[in-house]
Amino acid sequence: MTAAALTGDNLEAPPAAPPRKAAARIAALPAAEAPPARPRMPLGRRLEPFFKATIPPLLGVALLLGIWYVATLKSVSLPGPDKVWTEAVKLFSDPFYRNGPNDQGIGWNVLSSLKRVGIGFGFAALVGIPLGFLIGRFAFLARMVEPIISLLRPVSPLAWLPIGLLAFQKADPAATWTIFICSIWPMIINTAVGVQRVPQDYMNVARVLALSEWKIVTRILFPAVLPYMLTGIRLSISTAWLVIVAAEMLTGGVGIGFWVWDEWNNLKVESIVIAIFVIGIVGLTLEQALLLLAKRFDYQ
Amino acid sequence: MARMVQIENVGVSFDTRNGAFVALRDINLTVEEGEVVSLIGHSGCGKSTLLNLIAGLNLPTDGVLLCNGREIAGPGPERAVVFQNHSLLPWLTCFDNVYLAVERVFGRKEGQAKLKARTKAALAMVHMDHAEHKYPSEISGGMKQRVGIARAFAMEPKILLMDEPFGALDALTRASLQDELMNVMEETGATVVMVTHDVDEAVLLSDRIVMMTNGPAATIGEILKVDLPWPRERLKLAHDPKFVDYRAALLEFLYQKQLRKAA
Repeated sequence: MTAAALTGDNLEAPPAAPPRKAAARIAALPAAEAPPARPRMPLGRRLEPFFKATIPPLLGVALLLGIWYVATLKSVSLPGPDKVWTEAVKLFSDPFYRNGPNDQGIGWNVLSSLKRVGIGFGFAALVGIPLGFLIGRFAFLARMVEPIISLLRPVSPLAWLPIGLLAFQKADPAATWTIFICSIWPMIINTAVGVQRVPQDYMNVARVLALSEWKIVTRILFPAVLPYMLTGIRLSISTAWLVIVAAEMLTGGVGIGFWVWDEWNNLKVESIVIAIFVIGIVGLTLEQALLLLAKRFDYQ
Repeated sequence: MARMVQIENVGVSFDTRNGAFVALRDINLTVEEGEVVSLIGHSGCGKSTLLNLIAGLNLPTDGVLLCNGREIAGPGPERAVVFQNHSLLPWLTCFDNVYLAVERVFGRKEGQAKLKARTKAALAMVHMDHAEHKYPSEISGGMKQRVGIARAFAMEPKILLMDEPFGALDALTRASLQDELMNVMEETGATVVMVTHDVDEAVLLSDRIVMMTNGPAATIGEILKVDLPWPRERLKLAHDPKFVDYRAALLEFLYQKQLRKAA
C-alpha cells in the first residue's frame, strides 16, 4: 500500500502543472495576435503529461477489476464487482443507522475503530515520545532499555490482548491496549534516533550560546527531531490500523474488524469485500494526511 | 593593551587504540585586545582544534587557557563562534536565528523592543536586513554566512572566533564578505581569532599570523606580524611591496618548510 501510494503521488504531482500552464498560454493568445500562423503544440502533446499521470493507475485498477470479474464469473460463493457495487450503494445510502449494539451502519463501525486507534495511539504518543527523547539524550538509559525493546518489539500486538482483557476486564479497552502496544515502538525508536542524530553543529551553537536546557529542547532538539517523530507517528498509525481489524475480530463490539467477522457469520461476502476497500481507503487517507504534515516540517 | 586570551603550554592528546595521539603540544600565545590573529597551516595541523580550545568546545589535556584573566572551562557567549558551515538553525528565520543569540546575551537586562533593535542592527551591518524574514534554505551560501557573522557580532562578544568562515564560498563571494568583515571589525574594534588556509585572506585581515607546523604533535612554527595600516584596501594592497613580502613569507613557510609528504 505504501509503495503504491508513493508512486501514485510522484506520478500525479509534478506533471499536473504543465497542462494548466499550456492552457493559460493558449487562452492569452487570441487577444494578443491573430492565431492562424502561430505554430501550436498538437493537442496530444500538450495532454501527454496528464495522460502519463492518469492512465497507468487507471489501467491498474481496470486490470484488477477485470481479473476479479473473470475469476468470479463462474463462482457461486465469491461475488463479482457488479454484485459488490450494488451492495455498496445500498450500504452507503445509510451508513449511520443503529439497530441495537450488534447491528449498526458501516459509518459507525469505521468511526469506532478510528476512535480506538486514536485513543491507543494518543496514549502511546504521550508515553513513547518523551521516552524516546530521554533514551536519545542519555546513553545509559538507551543501553538499559534497548534489550527490552528488542525483545518486545517483534511480538505480535495480539499476543498482548489477553493481558489487556485480564487487566481491564472489558473488551473495548483491551483492543485499545493492543493499539497502544503496537504504536509505541516506532514512536520510541524514531524519536530516540532523531535525538541522537541532531547535528553536532546545532548542539555547538547551543553550547556557545550557553542556552538553558529548556531553550535547547524547544528551539533545537524539538524542531530537529520533529521529522523523525512524524515518521514514527506515520509508522505507528499504519500498524495500528492493521492491528485494529484483527483485534476487533477477537473482541467484538462495534468496529470495522468486528463488522467483517459479523458479515462472515452472516455469509455476506459482498460486505467483506466492501470492508476490505473501506479499510484500504481509510489507511491510505491516514498515511497521506501524515505525509502532507511531514512535508510541512521538512526544512531541507 | 589588555591581554584578551592567554594560552600557556597547552597540549591536546587523545587516547586511541594505538596509544596516546598527540594533536597539539607546547602552544604559547597571547592575543591582545582589539587584535586580529589568524591561524594558518596545512589541513590536520590542529588549527581548528586550537580554535575550539579557545571557544571552550574542547578542553586541553595539558596547560591552561585564560580569557580576560579567567580560565576557559567551557563555551560561553563572551566567545562567539562563526562556524565554517554557518550553522544557522533551519527552522528559524534569519531574524530569529540572530534573535536567539541576542535574547540569550541581553534578555535579562533589556526589553523586547531593544532586543529587536539589536537584531535588526546586526543584520543591517552585514546588509542582510532585506532578508530577515527568510529561512536559511531560501538564501545563498554567502548570505547564510553573513547571518552567521551577524549572529556572532550581535552578541557583542569579548572575542570573536572564526573557523574558516569563508572556506565554503566561491572566490568572489569570499572577497566581498572579507571586505564586509573588515568594515565590521573597524566599526566594532573586535578582537578576532580566525582559522584560515587562504594566504591572501590571512594577510589581508590579520594583525598577526600564527603559522602552525604539520601534525601530529603540531605546534606554533612562526608568527608573522602584519604591519599594514587599517583600513586596508584589497586593490591597493595587491601591489604593496610589504603585502607581497608577507604573502611570500607565508608561502615559503607552508610550501617549503612544512611541505606535506604525499599530501
